[in-house]
Amino acid sequence: MSEVVLELRDVRKRFKDHEVLTGVSLALSRHEVVCLIGSSGSGKSTLLRCANLLERIDGGDIELFGQSLLDPRVDPDRVRRHIGMVFQSFNLFPHLSVIDNILLGPVHALKRPRAEVRAEALELLGRIGLATRADDYPDRLSGGQQQRVAIVRSLAMRPSLLLLDEVTSALDPTLVGEVLDLLTDLARQGTTMLVATHEMGFARNVAHRVAFLEGGRVIEEGPAQEVLDHPREAATRAFLERVR
Amino acid sequence: MSSALDGEPVPPDLFASRRRRFLAGRGGVVASAVSGVVVIGGLAAVFWLAPGGATVRYFFFNPHFMWQAFVGDPSKGFYSVGLGLLTNLWIFAVAEALVLVCGMLIASARLSQSPVLLPFRLLSTAYTDVFRGIPILLVILMIGFGLPELNLGYVSNQSPAVYGCAALVVSYSAYVAEVYRAGVLSIPHGQLLASRSLGLSHGATMRRVILPQAVRTVIPPLLNDLISLQKDTALVSVLGAIETTRAAQIYSSTVFNFSGYAVAAILFLLLTIPMTRFTDHLIARDRARRLAGA
Ligand SMILES: Nc1ncnc2c1ncn2[C@@H]1O[C@H](COP(=O)(O)OP(=O)(O)O)[C@@H](O)[C@H]1O
Ligand SMILES: [Mg+2]
Repeated sequence: MSEVVLELRDVRKRFKDHEVLTGVSLALSRHEVVCLIGSSGSGKSTLLRCANLLERIDGGDIELFGQSLLDPRVDPDRVRRHIGMVFQSFNLFPHLSVIDNILLGPVHALKRPRAEVRAEALELLGRIGLATRADDYPDRLSGGQQQRVAIVRSLAMRPSLLLLDEVTSALDPTLVGEVLDLLTDLARQGTTMLVATHEMGFARNVAHRVAFLEGGRVIEEGPAQEVLDHPREAATRAFLERVR
Repeated sequence: MSSALDGEPVPPDLFASRRRRFLAGRGGVVASAVSGVVVIGGLAAVFWLAPGGATVRYFFFNPHFMWQAFVGDPSKGFYSVGLGLLTNLWIFAVAEALVLVCGMLIASARLSQSPVLLPFRLLSTAYTDVFRGIPILLVILMIGFGLPELNLGYVSNQSPAVYGCAALVVSYSAYVAEVYRAGVLSIPHGQLLASRSLGLSHGATMRRVILPQAVRTVIPPLLNDLISLQKDTALVSVLGAIETTRAAQIYSSTVFNFSGYAVAAILFLLLTIPMTRFTDHLIARDRARRLAGA
């Protein structure tokens, strides 16, 4: 745990006169899994979108491998090619088959040869047991399958880290397990992940660290067990009471 | 132990009324046949038996005059309503192609993001506001009588049909641009986020993710606009272009019989009905697809 992949320093973000992030600081090291917890509306999604420049921030700094992303010479499209993102509502492209969903980024953003990426994509699909569904359209798949395809789609970019935004919240309870299992496997293989989640079991068992977001700031963070079992802050304790 | 939600021990009566059962069974077919005969027959009877019925049939639907108007006879001072349709057809074909392209350009300008394109964004917004607000007839009159007055050489020396066509393009591009724009805006924001988070540029996202999905939602409303464009080619007659409507008008004032108008109406129906049917078919197919997805 040494090399810092992503670092947010005092990040602020406002929508009109509503300041959603009031100074978030958070660092993510290589091979580390950090779970971001906090009540609904606390700004988890906003924070993740700021981290890969889908939102323009109003203050503070974001660094990827020590390089500031606010530098005017930085091309946001290039930054995003190193950062995978998975959404609560999957956001697969409904007009493209499963395989074409996965190929879109590597072929059209990274300009890699289609045949080469296709072989990789099929191998990734095989790992989640969906190789035979490569030519199906997303609406033929269950929610759990769609979300696993969405995860594979971001992995096909070979990102340096993954941002996951409540990826199991839209799923039928019977399908949550298959997605969490995939994330657990990825964590074991050393994938660097920042995971906004309400799955406390996953946070406890898989995350290295947990950060609790409230009032637009990280008010408590530390090793998963410590924060979840012995929270220092009253607000964290109250939140954990509520989600238990 | 009874609560407010407990029902009667035996459901009292679950049968539909006799009338409902009759209509749901074979009775339904009989009922629609009877109501069809009554409604359509009634309308025909009114038309046939009304005090002025015979007069209307003579002045508007007389087969002899209809045929005469259709083929025309320039030696007697009136043009063929049938041939006039060719003018409507070329105006429509040219206007349609230009409207689809111009509408796309205006919509792209309005949807652009780059600060460099701000002036185009403002201009295209003003354009759609202005030309959706002015009646098409006025646009036709202003262009048809305005441009020739400018004495601008080539621009001021065109036929009325060309000015009419230009006016239709100016007006309809504003509507079609809004159809395109609504189509793009109907695609969920998550699609844009997903594509941009893969590192695709704004342009590539439009081309590969947003537009392919928008096209599908846009085709039915687009066809609707094209159907009304087909009909509005008749408005070009106010500039004196000899198209179907104008030919029918000339016929009626020469021969003092209005059957030419019926011919023109039938010709327009022959043009538009296939397109309206096709549009409805696409809408039904889209609806079926959505129901299957849900
Ligand atoms: N695009 C936006 N425009 C205006 N307000 C927003 C926007 N996105 C998020 N917000 C507001 O920011 C706050 C935090 O939202 P969000 O980041 O989605 O929280 P979380 O993911 O933790 O539930 C909410 O009050 C939400 O209404
Ligand atoms: Mg959220």
